[in-house]
Amino acid sequence: MNRSDREERVRRLMVAGPPVLPPDLAAEAVRRGARMLRRRTYARRVLWLLLCAAAVVFTVWALTARPWVEPPSDTTPPLTGW
Amino acid sequence: MRSRHAFDDVPRAQEFRAYVAGAGGRLLHTATLLTAEPRDANPRAQRLLTLALARTYACWDRLHGEDPYDHTRRYLMIRFALSTLRYGGRLPFRPPPGGPLAGLSPQERLILVMRLHEGIGEDQTAALLGLPAERVRAVQNRAMAVMLRPAPGSAPAQGARRHGAVMTGEAR
Repeated sequence: MNRSDREERVRRLMVAGPPVLPPDLAAEAVRRGARMLRRRTYARRVLWLLLCAAAVVFTVWALTARPWVEPPSDTTPPLTGW
Repeated sequence: MRSRHAFDDVPRAQEFRAYVAGAGGRLLHTATLLTAEPRDANPRAQRLLTLALARTYACWDRLHGEDPYDHTRRYLMIRFALSTLRYGGRLPFRPPPGGPLAGLSPQERLILVMRLHEGIGEDQTAALLGLPAERVRAVQNRAMAVMLRPAPGSAPAQGARRHGAVMTGEAR
């Protein structure tokens, strides 16, 4: 018995008696899938919100602290009585 | 803010239901072969299929022309493979006898179903499971040898020939 014959016999053993699809399976899949979508959308929304909040906080901090301005020197004593 | 109904909107759900009505029977058959449950008592296969279909529904708008059947089937296979991996290659339950593949291990069932029932190519099967193609072929040969083994109690000459078949099947 060659390989394709054996494959055909095994295939025939497997196709016998397909099960009956329960009628509420599609509805349950839609319910779960919709919940999955809803969660994904909420998660995406929360992440965007966090990103925006971080950007705003950084801008405010940069404008108040001005980290690019050279800090006034406090190692040299003030020049007086010259 | 979109309403709650935006997630189960009518056209998508209708398309999806039509798809399940067309392909669901075959997919459930595949799932039932994987779990080796009898055809009229297959709660685990139904659960596996429901989760795979839910995922396809969630990705429905992003399929971009991809066959939804392929999508569901791939997730079904991956999920089954992962669930057996988690329990050391065995299932966390003992399936009730009745399915045609009940005498095989989960990996043998998976490969036999993918190769023969679904007709997925050897290389594609190997890629999906992360196994070398030779290993897929060896497991398939072993599984076919178990499936075609004559029923116990038949003539001993057949048993000797069957032993030879198993040996050559594993040598390949």
